[in-house]
Amino acid sequence: MVLTGAQQPGAPIQAPPYPTVAPPPVQRTGLNVVVLDPAHGGTDPGARGAQGIRESDLVLDLTFLVRRALEAQGFQVLQTRSGNENPSFDDRSTLANAQRGAVFVTLHISSTGLPGTVRVYALPDLPSRASAGGVLSWDYAQASYVSLSRKFGDAVQGQLAQRFKGSPSNVQTASVRQLRTTASPAIAVELSSVSVQNRSDLDKMMPGVADAIARGLAAFRPSYVLPAEAGAQP
Amino acid sequence: MNGRWRTRLLAGLAAVVVIAAIYFPKLKRKVRTSAEISQPSEEQARRELTTAAPANPADPKVKARMFWASDEDESALSPIAVDLALSTDPVLRAKQVLNTLLAGPVNSDLRTLPADAALLAFYLLPDGTGVADFSEALGTSTPSGIQSEQRAVDSIARTLEANVPEIKRLKILIHGQEVDTLAGHLDLTQLFIVNTRAAQPPTLSYGLPLKPAAAGAKSAAGAPAPAAAKPAKR
Repeated sequence: MVLTGAQQPGAPIQAPPYPTVAPPPVQRTGLNVVVLDPAHGGTDPGARGAQGIRESDLVLDLTFLVRRALEAQGFQVLQTRSGNENPSFDDRSTLANAQRGAVFVTLHISSTGLPGTVRVYALPDLPSRASAGGVLSWDYAQASYVSLSRKFGDAVQGQLAQRFKGSPSNVQTASVRQLRTTASPAIAVELSSVSVQNRSDLDKMMPGVADAIARGLAAFRPSYVLPAEAGAQP
Repeated sequence: MNGRWRTRLLAGLAAVVVIAAIYFPKLKRKVRTSAEISQPSEEQARRELTTAAPANPADPKVKARMFWASDEDESALSPIAVDLALSTDPVLRAKQVLNTLLAGPVNSDLRTLPADAALLAFYLLPDGTGVADFSEALGTSTPSGIQSEQRAVDSIARTLEANVPEIKRLKILIHGQEVDTLAGHLDLTQLFIVNTRAAQPPTLSYGLPLKPAAAGAKSAAGAPAPAAAKPAKR
């Protein structure tokens, strides 16, 4: 092989002789997709109440309503499950972590609490464990997003408090396992409860919950600015 | 040996085999039954060893503060003063207060931990991390849900905080093992803050609202609630 002058060892690297297309600028801001997580499923029914009420079934129905409300607002929506499967915590987080500009909402029905109320949870502070290379530890993927998650949670909880009397007016903190490995603003929404006498009591709540989540997300959208780099606080 | 004796010998051996075949299954059943009676399960054996944290008559009686559910709001905790002869040894003291917490209040509706759960072991590490090992019933009998699981952990953490100042952080094990969640939601892979003034990150905080002490139970609980007992700040 014959080397031209520009290809001699030590020569500066020149631009290739073919036209190049500038890569699109990396979008660091902007909410692009909502990942909805109907909790439990498969062999894990979650909370169980009278008359065979199963949390895993109810949250799937709720997810379809939330999805419709979000799509009506123009959001793109993905689901961690659409049937009676039970992906692992990590598999559910993986779906959100593979997206750029995602938010994550995990949906639950509790065993306890005043029936007819709804609470939103975000994680308490987590230790930031970015490695020297800026790679965030999977186990603490939520660490950089805790502030945004609480802001998102407040926006949704505020909407829920208007619709469901007795619900708190601000997001609460709890060490929810599903949220810890999720690298995006992430909240858990929990309705009370499977202890109701009739499933219809919970079914009646669902459109209001779906609307509150969609409106809360729309209110949160302007605040959505992703951390510049993994491991950095927003 | 002639043929006649050989026949008799073979007949005798065959009879022995038949008798053994009939008797052996009975013998096997008998051995298994007696083994079940005489040998308690591993968990029972551990319970017998570890629940023996008897009060020493020489230990002074104090007003221990136990955090059970509030009678006004089942989702909140309320400190109740209980007269206990508590050891000055922090490990024995922790066992005594946790066993009292597990025994539950007079009004069983205000329990925070399942009645069939037991404390199997308690350790205190030199850095102030308390390790509480509970039986499997803590996971299987705690009502599934973020709120109920958070309340169970909070009641343990706050009771230790109020009565065993040496404990700064808490690790919860189930039957000697680290588990992912308590009952499907709350993350047990993490440490929980017990003494908020002494504990250093990385740890998770907890944040249920705190109700004032119940009437008639003010003596020990009359002191201002510790900083950790306030709703989590965001």
